[in-house]
Amino acid sequence: MRRAGRTVAGQLVALALLAPYLVMLLTALKPEAELRTSPPRLLPSDWQPGNFVTVLADPGFQSWLRVSLVVAALSTALVVLAAVPAAYHTARRRFRGRTAFLLLVLVTQMFSPTALVVGLYREFFELDLVNTYSALILTNAAFNLAFAVWMLRAFFASIPREVEEAAAVDGCGRLRTLVSIVLPLARPGIVTVVIFAFIAAWNEYVVALTLMTDPDMKPLTVGITSYVTAYVQHWNLLFAASTLAIVPVVILFALIEPYLVAGLTAGSVK
Amino acid sequence: MLIGAVVLFPAVELVRASLSRYSITGLYQGAVGGRNYARLLQQDALGPVALNTLTWVGAVVGLTLVISLALAQFLDLEFPGRRLVRWALIVPWAASLIMTSKLFVWIYDYYFGLLNRALVALHVVRGPIDWLGDDRTVMGAMIGVGVFVSLPFTTYVLLAGLQSIPGEVYEAARVDGASGWRTYWAVTLPLLRPALVVAAVLNLIYVFNSFPIVWTLNDRNPGFGHDTLITYMYKIAFKSALRDVGLAAALGVVNVLLTLAAVLVYLNTVRWRESFEA
Repeated sequence: MRRAGRTVAGQLVALALLAPYLVMLLTALKPEAELRTSPPRLLPSDWQPGNFVTVLADPGFQSWLRVSLVVAALSTALVVLAAVPAAYHTARRRFRGRTAFLLLVLVTQMFSPTALVVGLYREFFELDLVNTYSALILTNAAFNLAFAVWMLRAFFASIPREVEEAAAVDGCGRLRTLVSIVLPLARPGIVTVVIFAFIAAWNEYVVALTLMTDPDMKPLTVGITSYVTAYVQHWNLLFAASTLAIVPVVILFALIEPYLVAGLTAGSVK
Repeated sequence: MLIGAVVLFPAVELVRASLSRYSITGLYQGAVGGRNYARLLQQDALGPVALNTLTWVGAVVGLTLVISLALAQFLDLEFPGRRLVRWALIVPWAASLIMTSKLFVWIYDYYFGLLNRALVALHVVRGPIDWLGDDRTVMGAMIGVGVFVSLPFTTYVLLAGLQSIPGEVYEAARVDGASGWRTYWAVTLPLLRPALVVAAVLNLIYVFNSFPIVWTLNDRNPGFGHDTLITYMYKIAFKSALRDVGLAAALGVVNVLLTLAAVLVYLNTVRWRESFEA
């Protein structure tokens, strides 16, 4: 009986968490005219899945999608390329400045680019990189690197040294050992880092809002807000676009959920 | 060579990240000395904005912790359908903040928003409320969204904390004849303290630096009446009539220092050094 009660309570909690997004989906399915019915209705009376087609066919949306994909993919690649060696090195070796390095990484993780956005703008303005992919890719990569290093460090540290020693005995060089023994063993960690870095870059808003002022260079997060301004109010299209942007992310996020808390609170007492 | 590749890549990245930090102070302090800071203190908006920030951070972090603790406790129990709840909890976390903020602008809408519709139907309020236009409700409305998006991460941290408490502790408490409430106060909460501190400080940092919610929900209102230090800084730099990068940078430095202070408290409490020994 108590378990049944918990299930009901659980479903209510789930509903409360999902309700706003349900409103998003249902509004995305309404025709323009139904947005302005007063009193408002939850369900569309004339279902318009065509809104999603409209959004997908919108050159603006295609351009934002392209920017988001390029930025997220390249900054993720950069993060993984930098984090794997750094994490492996700090997990396996003690070197001068190792503690300082890890502390620096940890501090970066606590920072959000928001506090630094004015500085970032000045920096990229002087480098003449405003409205370029590089600016956004570098910023995203830099801020996601910290999480990646911490996450991967824990994974590398959990691989027993003996495995690598055995590989060395069998005549594997250091690089070969890393590529064919260590990396496959750390795969869950690498997958987590890839997904997390991708989502973080995909969802980033402030830096993109500041650095990408050219309409052709706006990513999704910034671009879709132009569906609703003081002059036009396409809430249905805004939410259709948002749904398209959110659904894949939620699915990816669910895949790495077991590892996230450990990675995000890295450095705390175990 | 391997070491070169190993250390150089992240070093370059981190230098880049740190460079952006220097450029706030480096450039402007040298040129005009402390004038920007002096001018910052003379801004009429600074007092109310600082107060807003305090309300915003205090209320969001406080409410988030209380609700998350209850949620985590609940999710720690076994029941059918628990996976569904955990899955639902992920959605506000994974969704982009700006999209969630826009969504709430729509839900809060005076004429067409479903919140007013629901509240009127339930006879909670007599007429619709202009949540985002009325000075009395804007902050509350923003705090509501702030709490909503902060819940998932906080709940997960506390849940991880709860699950790390060994079952024997509870058994021992029961053998000693402690009641349910007493066990909770004397055993669970103290053991959960590290997780609570981690959740509190990280939320403090995240909520302080939160931009999209205040930016989007407060969009309609002129002036700085409901801004936090972060959105105020942004408006000074890029949007207001001031367009004053130097002034914004001075405020940016203040914001960074405040964040840094929180980080130091965090590092101090969690004894980060120990985790390196693994």
